[in-house]
Parts: sequence; C-alpha cells; structure tokens
Amino acid sequence: MNAKKKNSADALYKAFIYVVLATLAILILVPVAWVFMASVKQNSEFYGNPWTLPASFYWQNFADAWNAANMGSYMLNSVIVTALSLALLLVVALPAAYCLSRFPFRGRKLLNTAFMAGLFINVNYIVVPIFLMLRDWESWVQYLFHWNNVFMNNLVMLAVVYAATALPFTIYLLSGYFATLPYDFEEAAYIDGAGYGATMVRIIFPMAQPSILTIILFNFLSFWNEYIISMTLMSSATGQKTLPVGLLNLMQASQSKAEYGRLYAGLVLVMLPTLILYMCVQKKLTQGMTVGGLKG
Amino acid sequence: MRSKGRGRFIALCVAPASILFFLFMVMPTLNVFRMSLFERGAYSPTETFVGFENFRILFRDTKFIASMQNTILLIVTVTVATFFFAIVFAAILTREKIRGQGFFRIVFYIPNILSVVVIAGIFSAIYKPENGMLNSALSLFSGKEILILWKDQPMVIVSIIIAMIWQAIGYYMVMYMASMSAVPVDLYESASLDGAGRLKQFFEITLPLIWTNIRTTLTFFIISTINMAFLFVKAMVAKGMADVGLSFMYTQKDEGLYGYAMAAGVIIFLFSFTLSAVVNHVTKRDVLQM
Repeated sequence: MNAKKKNSADALYKAFIYVVLATLAILILVPVAWVFMASVKQNSEFYGNPWTLPASFYWQNFADAWNAANMGSYMLNSVIVTALSLALLLVVALPAAYCLSRFPFRGRKLLNTAFMAGLFINVNYIVVPIFLMLRDWESWVQYLFHWNNVFMNNLVMLAVVYAATALPFTIYLLSGYFATLPYDFEEAAYIDGAGYGATMVRIIFPMAQPSILTIILFNFLSFWNEYIISMTLMSSATGQKTLPVGLLNLMQASQSKAEYGRLYAGLVLVMLPTLILYMCVQKKLTQGMTVGGLKG
Repeated sequence: MRSKGRGRFIALCVAPASILFFLFMVMPTLNVFRMSLFERGAYSPTETFVGFENFRILFRDTKFIASMQNTILLIVTVTVATFFFAIVFAAILTREKIRGQGFFRIVFYIPNILSVVVIAGIFSAIYKPENGMLNSALSLFSGKEILILWKDQPMVIVSIIIAMIWQAIGYYMVMYMASMSAVPVDLYESASLDGAGRLKQFFEITLPLIWTNIRTTLTFFIISTINMAFLFVKAMVAKGMADVGLSFMYTQKDEGLYGYAMAAGVIIFLFSFTLSAVVNHVTKRDVLQM
C-alpha cells in the first residue's frame, strides 16, 4: 500500500520533470526554428498570424541578403578575420605557453602573473583606448607616408586585436596542459640530437592536439560572434564589415523598410555555421567548458 | 653552447605574445585609468589634465546614475533567476534517470553559441508588437488582442532581462552539471536509505559539496552580466531607450567625450570589483571535503 503510494507520487514527479524540461527546450528551440521558417517567407506573409507555415520556399530572401544586403561579402570578411586571428593566435600562443610552463627563466613568474591578471581584463572596457591608440597610429602613418586604412578599417588589424585579446585565456589553457607532461619527452629528443624548436614543434605540439582543438573551438565562436570591437575599429560607413556588424545594420535598415524576409535570411546565414559546428562537436564543447570555465 | 641557444629560443617564443599582450591589453588598461583624469579633444590627440573633474560631473549625471541603477537591477534579477533555473535543471539532469538527457543538455546550451546580435534578432521577432511571437501567443491564451510594446518604456528592461536569462541558463547549467557529477553517488544512496527525500538530499549533499563552484559562478554572474547587458542593449534596444553602465560609457565615446567615457569605465570597473569581493566574502563557508 505504502509502496504503491510512493510509486504513484514518483510517477507524478517524473511527469512533472518531463513537462518542465520540455517547456524550456521548446522555449529555446521554437524561436530559433521560427527564424529558419521566417527566412523562406515572402514579405506579405509577415502581416498576418506569425505561426502560419510559409506558403512556399521563397529562396529569393537569401539571394537578397547575400547580394543586395552585402551579407555575401561580409561573410567572406568574417571568414578571413576569423581564420587569420585563429592562425595568428596559435602561432603566437603555443610557443609562449610552452616556454612559460616548461622552461625556468628570469621574468617567467612576472609574465605568468601578468597573463593570469589578463584573464580579468575585459575587452568591453578597453575597446575605447584601443580605438584611440589605433586612430592615433593611423593619423601618424597618414601624415608620414600618406597611407590609408593601415590601422583602422583593416581586417588584418582587427584579426591582430582579436588574437591579442584572446591570449590570456589561450595561454592559461595551454600552459595548464603543458605543465602536466613529463620531462622525459624532451630529454629523449635532446639525446637524439633534436634542437629546442624541433622538439617543441614535432614532439610536444602533436601531443597537445586535444587542447589545441578546444582552443580553436572556443575562439572560433568568440571571434565569429564578436561585434563590439569590430563595430568600433571598422567604423567607416563605406568600409568593410564583419558578419555580425553587417547583420546589425541590416536589422536597423529592414526595420524601417519592412524587408523582413531578407532580415531573417541574414540571421540564418550568421548562425548556421555556428550551429553546424555545434552539432558536430557539442560533446567537446560542453566538456571543454569545464576545463576553461571563463567567459564573457 | 646549449644554454646560449636556449636563451634565444625562449626569447623568440615568449616575445611575440608578450608584445601583443602589452600593446593591446596592458597599455589600454592603464590608459583607461590615466585618461579618466584628462579631457581629450574629439579630433585632436591633445589632452588637458583635469584631475577628478570627470568623476565630479559623473556623480551628478542623472543619466549615468540611471544606467547604473539598471545595471544593478539586471545583475540581481538575471543572477537570481538564472542561478535558480540552472541549478535546478542541472540537479534534475544529473540525479534523475531521464530519457533524452543528452538531447536536453545539447538544446539548453544552444543560446550560448549564438552571437548576441543573432539573439537580438530572434528577440526582435519575439517582441514585435504586431504579429510578434510573444504578443500573438499571449493573445491566443487570453482570448483577447494583446498589444504590448516590449521594446519601449517601461517594458524594455523586462525584455532585456528575459533575453539575458534565455541566453545564460544553459551555460551555467552545464557548469553545475560538471561539478555535480563529481559528487560520489554512494552519498546519495546512504542518504536515501536513511529516508532523506530529494529536496533534503539536494540541500544537504549537493549544495554544500558544490559550494566552491557556486561561489566562483557568482563572481562570473556579476562580471558577465555587466558585459552581456552592454552587448544586449547595444544590439537589441533603440539608442537612448535604456542604458546600462557600459553602454553609457560607449555613448560618451561616440560623442567624443573620451575622458568622461573612461571615468565611467573606471567607476563601473571598481563597482564590479567591489561587488565581486563583497559577494565572495559573504558566501565564505567552511569547505566540505568529499
């Protein structure tokens, strides 16, 4: 009798849990799915009930977003900036993290502390000084060499700033991994006559592959989605823009012109790459996060 | 011979990272503090030292005070709500045998991988007054036409809060799940043999054992709410409709008041630092060993 009562209470509790979990899942999935649905609707369909299915697949929205709203070239810009900053970040951070974690040298403690402190510097605070510094440099090269768009409105420079601001987190994560490796690897390589550089590149880096992958994942997401630095450093009205900034402009423009179709097509274009990546590596991402544990 | 090459190798490895870090993080950070004491012309690099004048004006600026009030409101509401949902869902997903556990974890984390601009776009569709998702759903359930202007005063802050909670739950849930799964299962087993129910187990085993992790996330909550609020306001809300601390700072920068903007930045930074320290101190408990 008692056991039976407990069982039915248990079943009720289980059902309640499922309802709550499903509700939250719906609250997250439905708006995202809605945007996908809206991206193939014609403009006239946005004046009725928002829950109706699209009358037909109106792919023209994507063509409009890609060409007329420039999302195509913004996409290319974002690919360039993200790839460039990731490459630069790895080239700079890997050797630094390796030395900082495995070689005793003068000033090492100071550098380690500095990079640790860097974890607490948030980009949103320092974006204004970075902007002013680059603008000053820009006016110097303009004055001296008559060069334009060297430090401002330059995709390469934006990539450099992205890579630089990601250094503390990346070095912190990599150092943590390198520090766990036994020294036998290097000693064996030195005995075989390998130099420091060769040992680092051929022996140590391949072992760090899982950590490197985690770093690429997290930084890809943050570089691809970033828009405050991009908006500030690429402020020229006619110049190049990255995808999120382009989307922000598109949002403002289509609000006043009521071109909803291409707006939602643009939204899909921005989030599709991250969603696909997430589907492929979601396990790695939700586990890697506990290693890093720092964001925003 | 070897030691000479060694020095060069280390220098070559460490120098690029150190230079980039110094140029784009250390210098700008020092500049935030230095520039807050100066007034700088909008189009010329000339600076005049004004002492604490910027701060004096700032504390009488009603717009700045209003933006800080919004910041505090967001920190409190977003933290409390997100913390509650994240920890409850994490406890359910780790403790109960749920079918589709992996599915729920994947879905709840999705908002975290989207750009804030994308989230702002999604929520524009939700909050659209006519034929928006939210108003039409509310109309459907209440049976009468509902037209709430979600992105206007006075609802705009509520709208930002909802969007921020939507974005943050999954991230903190995954974090709590990781530390909860480290709690040994036999603790729960012996507790349930002693007749402790789910709630009692949660409060007397789970919470105390992940307390260190909770304290860390509380600091995260403060720091990231200040930052995320800025990103959301900038992407989602019409200019000047509602400001938070950092968006006030950014507006001053847009108007060329660089020294003033940096003074605001210094105050917001000191505020977040102090608040984190206070919260960290207040939540101090004797750590339970597992």
